[in-house]
Order: sequence, then C-alpha cells, then structure tokens
Amino acid sequence: MIPGIGVLTQNTLWCFSQMKGAIETGVTEADIISTVEFNHTGELLATGDKGGRVVIFQREQESKNQVHRRGEYNVYSTFQSHEPEFDYLKSLEIEEKINKIRWLPQQNAAYFLLSTNDKTVKLWKVSERDKRPEGYNLKDEEGRLRDPATITTLRVPVLRPMDLMVEATPRRVFANAHTYHINSISVNSDYETYMSADDLRINLWNFEITNQSFNIVDIKPANMEELTEVITAAEFHPHHCNTFVYSSSKGTIRLCDMRASALCDRHTKFFEEPEDPSNRSFFSEIISSISDVKFSHSGRYIMTRDYLTVKVWDLNMENRPIETYQVHDYLRSKLCSLYENDCIFDKFECVWNGSDSVIMTGSYNNFFRMFDRNTKRDVTLEASRENSKPRAILKPRKVCVGGKRRKDEISVDSLDFSKKILHTAWHPSENIIAVAATNNLYIFQDKVN
Amino acid sequence: MLSKGLKRKREEEEEEKEALAVDAWWLDPSHPAVAQAPPAVASSSLFDLSVLKLHHSLRQSEPDLRHLVLVVNTLRRIQASMVPTASLPPVPSVPAAPGMADNLLASSDAALSASMASLLEDLSHIEGLSQAPQPLADEGPPGRPTGGAPPGLGALDLLGPATGCLLDDGLEGLFEDIDTSMYDSELWAPASEGLKPGPEDGPVKEQAPELDEAELDYLMDVLVGTQALERPPGPGR
Repeated sequence: MIPGIGVLTQNTLWCFSQMKGAIETGVTEADIISTVEFNHTGELLATGDKGGRVVIFQREQESKNQVHRRGEYNVYSTFQSHEPEFDYLKSLEIEEKINKIRWLPQQNAAYFLLSTNDKTVKLWKVSERDKRPEGYNLKDEEGRLRDPATITTLRVPVLRPMDLMVEATPRRVFANAHTYHINSISVNSDYETYMSADDLRINLWNFEITNQSFNIVDIKPANMEELTEVITAAEFHPHHCNTFVYSSSKGTIRLCDMRASALCDRHTKFFEEPEDPSNRSFFSEIISSISDVKFSHSGRYIMTRDYLTVKVWDLNMENRPIETYQVHDYLRSKLCSLYENDCIFDKFECVWNGSDSVIMTGSYNNFFRMFDRNTKRDVTLEASRENSKPRAILKPRKVCVGGKRRKDEISVDSLDFSKKILHTAWHPSENIIAVAATNNLYIFQDKVN
Repeated sequence: MLSKGLKRKREEEEEEKEALAVDAWWLDPSHPAVAQAPPAVASSSLFDLSVLKLHHSLRQSEPDLRHLVLVVNTLRRIQASMVPTASLPPVPSVPAAPGMADNLLASSDAALSASMASLLEDLSHIEGLSQAPQPLADEGPPGRPTGGAPPGLGALDLLGPATGCLLDDGLEGLFEDIDTSMYDSELWAPASEGLKPGPEDGPVKEQAPELDEAELDYLMDVLVGTQALERPPGPGR
C-alpha cells in the first residue's frame, strides 16, 4: 500500500475508472441498484438491485505492463437472490428488492455473503469450478447410467480442466422471523452469528441454524397506538462480539451489550444530541431520523447519517457528536417542498475509508460528498456520464445558494432530486470507491501519481 | 416549488388535544426561532398534506412503518400548533372502531390498523370541534384552487377539491369529479355542521373500487364530525 493512500489530502484527485450498467435513457425499475458492498479484501464488489439480483464484480490482477493502472472490476457472478413472493396469509406481496448485502470474511476458497430483502435473509456461497471429473465407471460421458453388466474394467476418474465457472448456491435461508421490514444485517466478529433488524425488532442468528433466531431487541409497544419510534439501522461492533448499536427514527443511537441480558431492551449507552432551538421546525423529527449507522474500522467511533448531516460520535461521549458535517444545508429552507415530494424521507448511507480519516455520503443531482476528518476539507463530486472518460479527473462541484451564480456552479433550484446517491462503498484499504447512481454503478479511483 | 405559509388569526374557540405533550414554543414571542422566523403556526395546507400522506401510507398493503410514524408525529406537531394550549376540556379519546379498521385498512398488523384508525378518528374529532371560521388561504400548494374550505374543516377539505399536490394519481382520480361548491367558505359557519356529504357519494363510488361505498360514506361522515359518535357501525362490521 502506497503511503498516503486512504487519506484525502489536498493532492488527492479522483478519477473516473468504470461505469457499470445500461446507458439507455429509460430506467427499468428492477435495475435500480439498492445496495453496494466491497468484501473484506476489496477483491470483490457486490451490488443488489430492486429486481432481486446480485451482481459480483472481481478485480482483475494487476498486470506488470500497466503498473500505473490499477485493476479493473469485471463481472464475476450474477444470480437471482430473491424472487417476488406472495404472503397468502396476509394477502401481501413481498418485494424482491435487495435491501442489504454483507460479506463474510473469507475462510476457504469459496466466498460467502448474506443478502436480504424485506423479510428473508439468505446465505450464498460463491465458488469457482475450473475442473470437471471425467471417466466415471457407472455413468457415461453424458451422465446416463451404464448397465453394470457391460462394465468389464474399472478406471479411476480424473479431473480435467474446464472453462472457469462461477457458481452461486443458496446455502441457508433464514425466513419467517420478521413481521416488519428488514432494514439491516450485520455479521458479528465471531463469524458465527449475525443480526437482522426490522422496524421494531432485532434478531440474532447462528449461521448454521435457520429455524430459530434469538430476539435481542424488541421496541414494539404493547399498545400500537403508543408507537412513536422505529429502528432504522443496526450494526455489530467490529471487534467486540457482544456489542452492537441501533439507531432510531428520532435521531438516537443505543449501544447494547449482549452480556447484560438476553433481551437488550435496556441500552448500555444512549447517544442523542439536544435539539438546536434555532433550527426547530415541524420537520425537525423527520430530518433527525437516522438513515445509517456505521462503526469506524477502529471500533472507537460511530458515524450516523440523518437527512442533512453526517455525525461522528465517540463511543465514550453520549451527549453530543464530536464532529458534525453539513451534507447539503442549502436544503434546510426547502424542507416543506421536500416533505411534499417525499424526498425528505430518502435514506442516505454513509461510509468510512479504510483508515477512518475520510467519510463519504451521497446527495442529490448525483452528487456525493467526502469529508476529511483531519484537515476538515470537504469536496463535492458528481457521478455523471459526462465525466466518464477513462481516467478523467473529477472536478469538484459547488451548489450556489443565493446571489450571483458563478459559471461552474449549480443553483439549488436546478438540482435534480430524482438523481439521488443513496448507496456508496469504499474499498477497505485503497482509494477506490463505488457509487450507485440509480441503475449505474460508478467506480472511481484516486490518481496514481 | 415551495408552498407559501399562511397567516392565520388565533382561534377563538379552543379545544385541547388530550395527552399531547408538545410545548408551545411557537407561541412564545421571545423564543429566538419565533422572533426571527416567519410565523411557525402550520398552514392548513401542511396539515392537509400530512393527513393525505397518512391516508396514502395506510392504503398501502403493507405500510412503511417508518414513514407512517414520522408522518403521524409530524401531524401531531402541526395539529398541536393549530390548537393553542390554553386550558381546555380534554377531548375524550375515541375508541377504535374495529369495523372501520378492518374494512378500510388492509394493514397486515390488525393492532396497527386499529390504532391508526383510532388516531384518524381522534384527528377527525378534533377537526370537527375546531369550528372557528378562518381566513381563506391565499395560495395553497400548486394546483389547489383558491377559496378552499377553512382549516377548521381541513380534513373534509382533503376529500374535497382535487389538488395538484396530491401524491397519488389514484387519489387524484378519486376526487376529481366531486362537486365542492357547497364547501365554499361562505357556507361554512359553526352552525352548519350538519351538511351531508351527499354530493361526494356518486363519483367516489365509481372511482374507488378498493373501498366500499358504504365504508367511504362512513369515513367521510366521521371526518366531517357529524356522525362520529352517533352512528353505530353498520351491519357486518
């Protein structure tokens, strides 16, 4: 790893690397990307879409001839993870949209990932087959059984090379444990368990057991009329397998310790920032609703995303975040319109870079933002086809709030609110990012000097 | 893109929503937000919009719980701002009407639908009680005809003239033929709450296949407030 990689400095320039997905103007709903995730080494990049499909890209080996060009990501495997279902008992359609993908750390030659829709989590095994056994005794080459009476000699089957085939097989299906819509899954650091969270409950699973899960958080009130808050995201601590956090629609984060009790309804820590009275409005609660929560790689911090800001919290300080970054504060005066067109309910995700020094999140108009925690510098970039020439350097974008608009700036009223970057991912150790813009996946890398 | 806020007179008759513990910071002229910002009292259009969103959300076969909870909480804030917190007789809580919930709301969670139904009834009951005439909206969300009904009957208003701000095309189609001339503001006075929702029966029947005509009648009656506590549930509910 080159020193300086993973740090957003004055000298970091982001370049277009690749764009995946169709280029036609009409977008099929099913092709809209709903989740993006690198695996633990960054070798694989998975996307899930509204049609229930998972596409995995693999980074090609860097060739000696092209030292200055980092490996590109090519399609490795595509499979249908979830199908649309019909719940006959409740007369409901269950969407096949993939809400989240989480990779398991690699323990053998095969890759494992969890993918989930609103109701069912599945464990997929993705493995390569590049050899085929030939020379069976009881079967002929087409696989038909041979009459044992015709067999006069025995031979040992041999493995012969074949064209590489990547197979995805569902190894486990974890179903029927969620009444409400699953919004998060998180693999535990023990690699034996994981959790799934819906609007009101969080369940703990063992990978080996599909017919049973433990309920560890339940915020459903006895009387549903008293319901005022839902769970919006949850994640395990990266190192402490007994610790997890979950966020709520009221802008709070609770940290729970599973050693304290079986049902973690009582939190160990409670993170909430007091409301700023000067910013109070009828939409205060909606914009405080946390759409994503992520532990830093170090496990010392958590990052939360609400509608207008990204916040970094120190686990040791509950009463306020240590850092707050404005993503698109110019929208604060437009909240009424954004409420009207439902954009105010959009759920943006946020990610850390490998060294926890830079954080990234998406915005509208296909803009996404990066904040360097050390230098306090930030940059706004755009995922657009116009900037899609190979190794083209991305130019920082700026939104003009009022007054005279400069040549390269875009005014708030010209922003396209249908082009939203909700899902992004950052390579675990390098400056490579994947940005989902509706049905296209953009991969950007920093310029190698 | 932005709908303008409305200036309204303080209501003279007041009722207090039971168990709403929202402090009335917007009424405190010394509060920095109130002093600096435009009047923070919600316009009726914002209230109507929120009720619309609530309806729309509840109409989904499986409501998005987060969206629902956020809209309901926002609606409570808006409603609390429309009803000043002077000392008022508490509104008796309206028991959930299970029949209405079953018929109207296809939510997978019966308890949720019952609770939301009771919330809707609460809201409609408050609307019915808040009878003081209000000045007309100068301008509502785009597409809304001017001269809409006063906010005191905002809930009925939402079922009245078609509005461009409706989120759901289906809803728009539902109401576009409704003759709303009888709901012009001149006609609405505290005494005339006995108006029947008759004109809306016909077109609504044709365009709302997902609701029984009788159920829609009942919903409208409840929202108008004329029948909320008087009419027993119909047969079979």
